[in-house]
Amino acid sequence: MFGLAALDLARIQFAFTMSFHILFPAITIGLASYLAVLEICWLKTKRQVFVDLYHFWLRIFAVNFGMGVVSGIVMAYQFGTNWSQFSEFAGNITGPLLAYEVLTAFFLEAGFLGVMLFGWTKVGPGLHLFATCMVALGTLISATWILGSNSWMQTPQGYEIINGRMVPADWFKIIFNPSFPYRLVHMSIAAFLSTALFVGASAAWHLLRGRDTPQVRTMLSMAMWMLLVVAPIQALVGDMHGINTLKHQPAKIAALEGHWQNEGDDPLPLLLVGFPSMKDEETKFAVGIPRVGSWILTHTWGGQIKGLKEFPKGDRPNSLIVFWSFRVMVGLGLLMIALGLWSAWLRWKGRLYVARPFLRLAMCMGPAGLVAVLAGWITTEVGRQPWVVYGVLRTADAVSPHGAGSVGLTLALFVVAYLFVFGVGIAYVLRLVRKGPQAFDLTRAAQGGPGQGRTPARPLSVPEADASVTEDKQ
Amino acid sequence: MIENMGIDTASIWAVIIFFAVFMYVVLDGFDLGIGMLYPFVKGRRERDIMMNTVAPVWDGNETWLVLGGEGLLLAFPTAYSIILSGLYLPLIFMLIGLIFRGVAFEFRFKANDRERPIWDLAFIGGSVTAAFFQGVCLGTYLSGIQVSGRSYAGGPLDWLAPFPLAAGVGVMIAYALLGTTWLVMKTEGDLQQRMIKLAKPFAWLLLAAIAAVSIWTPLSQHQVAERWFSFPNLLFLAPVPLLVAGAVVLLLWSLKRDPFRLPFIAALALVLLGFTGMAISIWPHIVPPAITIWEAASPPATQGFALVGTLFVLPFILMYTVWSYYVFRGKITSEAGYH
Repeated sequence: MFGLAALDLARIQFAFTMSFHILFPAITIGLASYLAVLEICWLKTKRQVFVDLYHFWLRIFAVNFGMGVVSGIVMAYQFGTNWSQFSEFAGNITGPLLAYEVLTAFFLEAGFLGVMLFGWTKVGPGLHLFATCMVALGTLISATWILGSNSWMQTPQGYEIINGRMVPADWFKIIFNPSFPYRLVHMSIAAFLSTALFVGASAAWHLLRGRDTPQVRTMLSMAMWMLLVVAPIQALVGDMHGINTLKHQPAKIAALEGHWQNEGDDPLPLLLVGFPSMKDEETKFAVGIPRVGSWILTHTWGGQIKGLKEFPKGDRPNSLIVFWSFRVMVGLGLLMIALGLWSAWLRWKGRLYVARPFLRLAMCMGPAGLVAVLAGWITTEVGRQPWVVYGVLRTADAVSPHGAGSVGLTLALFVVAYLFVFGVGIAYVLRLVRKGPQAFDLTRAAQGGPGQGRTPARPLSVPEADASVTEDKQ
Repeated sequence: MIENMGIDTASIWAVIIFFAVFMYVVLDGFDLGIGMLYPFVKGRRERDIMMNTVAPVWDGNETWLVLGGEGLLLAFPTAYSIILSGLYLPLIFMLIGLIFRGVAFEFRFKANDRERPIWDLAFIGGSVTAAFFQGVCLGTYLSGIQVSGRSYAGGPLDWLAPFPLAAGVGVMIAYALLGTTWLVMKTEGDLQQRMIKLAKPFAWLLLAAIAAVSIWTPLSQHQVAERWFSFPNLLFLAPVPLLVAGAVVLLLWSLKRDPFRLPFIAALALVLLGFTGMAISIWPHIVPPAITIWEAASPPATQGFALVGTLFVLPFILMYTVWSYYVFRGKITSEAGYH
């Protein structure tokens, strides 16, 4: 298909399905914790605004969660369908990690999700909060196992190779591999930031349209506090993650800095733009700030790192891609910090909810977290090529023995199905956001309860969009 | 860390995976069945009820499929890589069916009147596709997977054969029966009456399908014939077909007298028996007919490490799953829409 080999098609398929999938868990992780916080606030303060917001975001959470589940099942099977040689070679180690994710996270989320979504009037408030918290906990446990597995593939240790297969030697070393803590914290924070930006953008959109309600204000306020505190922390964590990567995957860092070779003892500049060329082994049109590169990478003004030319040609990741994906991620991260600071300034001045340029920026930054997540994952995944288990198994040796026809067909099916299903799904999410938080009718909800007729459609439906409500009244 | 200690962890893992896949088949079976029953029920309100009977639990049901897959990966990585690449196309078709079916749960209730028919269609089409291709996978698996060394050696279209395609239809029937009997239990009035009427033909069809498999596999596979019809196996295994007959009688009898839970229980028993029968036929192979569970097993360090946690966590999972079903127990009526 288009002159692409089965390997290329399998890689495109993985990149495509994974990129779609990660968007949903990122928001699920953030929203689940946000919902837990909202429900705690509601139970503590009994302020209506929190229960309104809870049910508003719960609907969006439900749609997002559903998309995460179905796109996630594809990932669970793809290791076998498309990467069977990887599973055969490394399944002894990644298998238990993924199985533990299912057992301790997926079941927990799924088991309590029903009560969280549909059980408001069927269980007591304490038990409902417990269900929300279990779902939130499940999302974090899930992140822990999957990032453990991914990190082990990036920085493998604690294994032996016996009869051409990887065999676990020390599970503690496998799980707590060198890059795991950094990757876990970095990704969890990224999920919280993505969600905060999305929540903040939703609030800003309503404020710009003159829907200045207490619920909308609370949304914006909570999102901006989150951003103010967490965005700078993310920069620090990112820096530590980078230093860790330099230690364990130096070729990745050389590629993302577009750094080909050291010139004598010269310190490294920080390249702002440039065009790394794999063929000519140089970064063209480079514009940089002298010495800052050294300081960022080695925390000294004169330090050096290995250049890409010091690695064999067959072991170099594509510098052009990671150079730019890394810059997109960092640039967006800096914008997030700026937005947080701006919000603090406006809050101090008492103009947080009315300053239109700020609200416009907050609205435009809605997808910034997710874009940064994608850019970050592209950086780390393209940057570890040509390895799938770093230094041990090459991607080219991991793929299933399918013909290009089969893989091309399934890729085409995935592209069509994903663009349609998730395109519409994202449109539904935006439609729900546009409705805005509605007043949640507590008296009506209270009529329900175990053994009684449950509350009619209200709590979980969008009033206008759901014709069943009007139908029920007829 | 955890050594073998003389325990046959491979067999335990085979049982756990069997259990996970069985849980998947019965739990997701009835909610895929509901999707396939949509064409028999046209009313908007009744379709809402049907979907609402499973809306709070479908996600948990599907998780068993993931557990089955990951269990296979950890305990029998060689089998995982051979089976999943061997069943490449039918598995991908199944996954795409599950995508359309899964999102329909939320999308259908978020759609406006103009868009809803699309998601009804997605729910039907997705359920039919997923059920059919699960059966195709099962049929291909049972009829044997070509292997050379540790890799799949067959072609991409090996599943395009009479037995797998017939198995696809068989699984559709089984799921439809689970769906009708589930709805007999969860609904009332007119909708329930219609499901009672539908359950009977599906029960007969399923019996026919089980009979067909029971005749087809021993005739075409020497190993299977020997397992069932040699002495003394014949004696020990004779109760299986007898119990199948008993379950069908119970099902048909219970449908006649103001049915509630009994038809669903009988349908579950039927599926369990059919499933157990297949396991008996292939045991101890994990990739029939060539590779046994011990040949494909991951090392004790892997199986043991995963087993400790699994045996600890699984009871909790079963507990809160039961609790979740308990919270949403009882009949679903039109006023009781969760959505």
